[in-house]
Amino acid sequence: MLLVVAILGVSAFAAPLLLRRCGRWGVWALTALPAAGFLYFITKWPAIQSGTALVSSIRWLPALGHDLTLRLDGLALLFAVLICGIGAVVVAYSGGYLRGDPAAPRFFASLFLFMASMLGVTLADDVVALFVFWELTSFSSYLLIGHHHEEEKSRKAALQALLVTGLGGLFLLAGLLMLSDMAGSTTLSGILASGQLADHPYFDLSIGLILVGAFTKSAQFPFHFWLPNAMAAPTPASAYLHSSTMVKAGVYLLARLRPIGSDSALWDALVPAIGAATLLTGALLAYGQKILKRLLAYTTVGALGMMTMLLGLDSPTAGKAAVAVLLAHALYKAALFLTAGIIDHETGEKDVERLSGLRRQMPLTAAGAALAAVSMMGLPPSFGYIAKETLYAAAVNPVLLVSAVLGGALFLVIAYLTGLKPFLGRIRPTPHPPHEAEAAMWAGPMILGLLGLVLGLAPGFTSSWLVAPAAAAVVGEPIAAKLTLWHGISRELIASGVTLLLGLMAVGMRRYVLSLLPAIASLNALGPDRSYERALNGLMWMAGWQTRRLQCGSLQVYLWITLSFVIATTGWYFLKHIPVSIFHGLSPVRFIDALILSLIILSTAGAIMSRSRLAAFASLGVAGYAIAIFFVIYSAPDLAMTQLVVETLTVILLVLAFYHLPPFRVRTTAPVRLLELVPAALVGLVMFGLTLAANRIQYAPNISGFFNEHSWTSAYGKNIVNVILVDFRALDTLGEITVLAVAGLGAFALLKLKPSGKGGGP
Amino acid sequence: MSSLILRTATRYLVPLLLLFSIYLLLAGHNYPGGGFVGGLAAAAGLSLYALAFDVASAKRMLKISPTGLAGLGLLVSSASGLPALTESRPYLTGLWTVLHAPGFEPLKVGTPILFDLGVYLVVLGVTMSIIFALAEEEG
Repeated sequence: MLLVVAILGVSAFAAPLLLRRCGRWGVWALTALPAAGFLYFITKWPAIQSGTALVSSIRWLPALGHDLTLRLDGLALLFAVLICGIGAVVVAYSGGYLRGDPAAPRFFASLFLFMASMLGVTLADDVVALFVFWELTSFSSYLLIGHHHEEEKSRKAALQALLVTGLGGLFLLAGLLMLSDMAGSTTLSGILASGQLADHPYFDLSIGLILVGAFTKSAQFPFHFWLPNAMAAPTPASAYLHSSTMVKAGVYLLARLRPIGSDSALWDALVPAIGAATLLTGALLAYGQKILKRLLAYTTVGALGMMTMLLGLDSPTAGKAAVAVLLAHALYKAALFLTAGIIDHETGEKDVERLSGLRRQMPLTAAGAALAAVSMMGLPPSFGYIAKETLYAAAVNPVLLVSAVLGGALFLVIAYLTGLKPFLGRIRPTPHPPHEAEAAMWAGPMILGLLGLVLGLAPGFTSSWLVAPAAAAVVGEPIAAKLTLWHGISRELIASGVTLLLGLMAVGMRRYVLSLLPAIASLNALGPDRSYERALNGLMWMAGWQTRRLQCGSLQVYLWITLSFVIATTGWYFLKHIPVSIFHGLSPVRFIDALILSLIILSTAGAIMSRSRLAAFASLGVAGYAIAIFFVIYSAPDLAMTQLVVETLTVILLVLAFYHLPPFRVRTTAPVRLLELVPAALVGLVMFGLTLAANRIQYAPNISGFFNEHSWTSAYGKNIVNVILVDFRALDTLGEITVLAVAGLGAFALLKLKPSGKGGGP
Repeated sequence: MSSLILRTATRYLVPLLLLFSIYLLLAGHNYPGGGFVGGLAAAAGLSLYALAFDVASAKRMLKISPTGLAGLGLLVSSASGLPALTESRPYLTGLWTVLHAPGFEPLKVGTPILFDLGVYLVVLGVTMSIIFALAEEEG
C-alpha cells in the first residue's frame, strides 16, 4: 500500500522528464501507473469483503508516537479504487486533451502529486499523516486549479481554494489532535474503537473543529463558493477533483468519523442541516447556469450536500445510501465532466444553449454521455436510480425528503442539459466544425457510463461487493446492504415519480427562469464569495498599512524599531528576573585584555566619528581583528580563524561595493544623534548584562561535558566544535547552509536581475 | 587593477590558499578548521585571483557557476545523510569505516566528511556569487 502511494508520489516528479523524453508513449506509461494501482486494490477485494482490514506501517516519528500507518478497509478500498481507476482514465484522457500544450508536463506532475496525496488521505490511519496528506491535496489542487497561471481568474480561484481548504485544514488538525488526546490513540482506528468519548467536556468542540475542516474541503454551505471557481482548472483536472477526489475528502472524513461523530449532538444537528442546505443551494445555483462546466460544478456542490446530509443521519440505511450516492456520483460526474471537455475541445463552444445535434458527429461521446446522464437523472436501470432510491428510503425526516426530491429534480435538469441536450435535435454551427474525439478521450465517458449501467443491472453484486464493506465502516458495524432495482410500490417509488415530474417541469420552465437571471445574479453580492473577497482585501490593506509604517525604507527607522524591541523585551525581562549578583566572582582583568579592549573601543569610536566611509571600514576592521585576537588568547582557534577570514572578505566586499554608494553625507542633526545614543547605550547594556548572566545562569544541565565525552568515542573527532557542526547538530547546519544558499541567491538576484524600464518592480 | 607584482604573487598564492583551504576542510574533524572556514579561505583565494586578473578568468577557473556550486553543496550535504537510512538509523547519523593501506596509519572515513564538503561548497559558492556579482557591477 505504502508502495503504491510512494510510486504515485515519485512519478509526480518523474512525469515531466518522461513526457519530454517519450512524448505520446510517456502518457501511456503514466496511465499504466494508476491502472496498476487499480488492479492492486482489486486483488485486495476478497480479503476486505470478508471483513478484515489490511494494515501496513512504517516507523515515522517515533519520538512523538506517530507511525506512518496505512489501513485498508471497505471505505478506504472504495475510495482507493475510485482514485486509481478514475485516475487512470483521466491521465489517458489528458494525454489527448493537452496535446501540444507546452505546460502539459507540469500538469501531469501536479495531477500525480494530487493522486498520491488523495490516496494517502483515504488510506492514512495516523491522524497526523492524515493531516499531512490532507494539506497536500489542498496544495496540489492549488497547482491544478492555477494551471493557467497567466490568467488572473485562475490565480484567484486557486488561491481561494487554497485559503479556504487550507484554513479548514488547520481546524481539522486541532480537532483531530484533541480527539486523539481524548482517546489516547493517534490512529483513527484507535479513536473509533475507544468508544466512550461523548462524555468528555471537549468532545463537542473537537467534533465542531473537525466539521469545519470537512465542510470547507467538501464545499459545504457557506463555504461552497470556492468549488465552482475551482473549475478554472483544465477540464480533466476538474473531472478528477469533482468526481472522486479532493472535494470528497471532506465527505470521506465525515464517513470515516461517523461512528463516533454521531454521538455528538452537534453532529446530529449540524451535518444533516448543512448538507440539505448545500444540496438545495448547489442545485438551485446550477439550474441558472449556461456554461457546461459551471452547470456540472454547481451540481457537485449539490451532490456533496446530499452525501453530507446522509452522513448526518443515524441509521444504517443512511450509511448505505451515502456510499451508494458517492459511488454513483463519482462515475457519472467524471463521465460528464470529461464529455464537457470533449465538447469544448472539439467544437470550441461551452454554452449549453448554443449546442445541439452533435450525436451524428460524435456518436461515441454521445453514447457515453447519455449513459452517464441516465445515471445522474436517477432513471432505471442505472446505478444512479438505485442510489437515489436508497437516498429516499433514508430520508426519514419530511424536510429532508422534500430537499432530496427537489435536489433530485434539479439534478435531472442538469443531467439533461449536460448529457443529452448537446447531442439531440438539429445541428448548430459551432466555432470549430465538430468531429469525434480521439479514442483515449471518448473512452473515458464510455467506460464510466457503462460502469454506471452495469452496476445498476447487477445490484446484488454491487451491494455485497462495493457498497456493503464501505457502508460497514461508515456505520461502524457490519451491515447487510441489500440493493434491488424493484422493491414494489413504496414511498421511494412515489418520491421518484414526483422527482421525475418536477424535473420535467423544470426543464420546460428553464427558458423563463433564465430570463430572470440578471435579477438573481445581483443577489450574489450578498453571498459568501463577496465576504471572502472583502476579508481578503481587508487583509491586503492591513498588510499594506503595516508595511508602509514599519518598512519605510529608512535604515534609521529600522534600527530604532529593532533596537527598541530588543530593549523592551529582553531588557525588561532582564531587569525583572536576573539578580544583580552576577557581577560577583569575575576574574581580574589582565593587562593584555585591557589593551585589546581599549583597541576595540577606540576603533569603534573611530568608526562612529569618522567623516569618510573608508576610514570607518578600516576602523571596524581593526575592531574585528582585535576580537579575533581575543579568540586566540582564549583558545578558540576555530572562531579566530573564521573571524579573520570573514573580516578579510568583508573588506573585499566593501571595496567592491564602495563605488556604488552615494557620496558620504551626514544625514542627521546633532540633537537627533544625541537622542540615538539612548537606544544604542541601552542595547549595549542589555547585551553586556546578558553576557554576564549567560555565564551564571544554568537552565539545563551543562552539555559541554557530553560533547567532551562523546565527540571522540561516537563521532571520531577531536575538534569538538566541528564535530558538533557536522555530526551532533548536522541537521541545524544543513538548515543554516540552506539559508545561506537562499540568501546568496537573493543577493545575486538583487545585484544581477535589475528590473527593466522605468519604475521597475518592487 | 593590473599590477605585475600582484599578478605574479597571485599565481603562487592562489594554489597555496586553495591547498590550505582543502587542508582546513579535511583536518577540521580533529584540528581547527572545517568546511565553513575552508570554504571562506578558498573564497578569499578566488577573490584575490579575481582582483589580480579579472572576474571572467576567475570564473573560468571555477568551472561551474557559483550558484550552481552552492546548489551542488546543498545536494552533497543533504545526500550525506541518506546512507544512514539504509541502516535504519536516523537521517544524518554519521557512518564511519576504517581504511587500511599498507604503510600508512589506518584512515577513518565517514559521511560527516561528505557533509563538511557540502558546507565548503555552499560557502564558497555563495560568497563567490556575491563577490562576482559586485565585481562585475563595477566593471
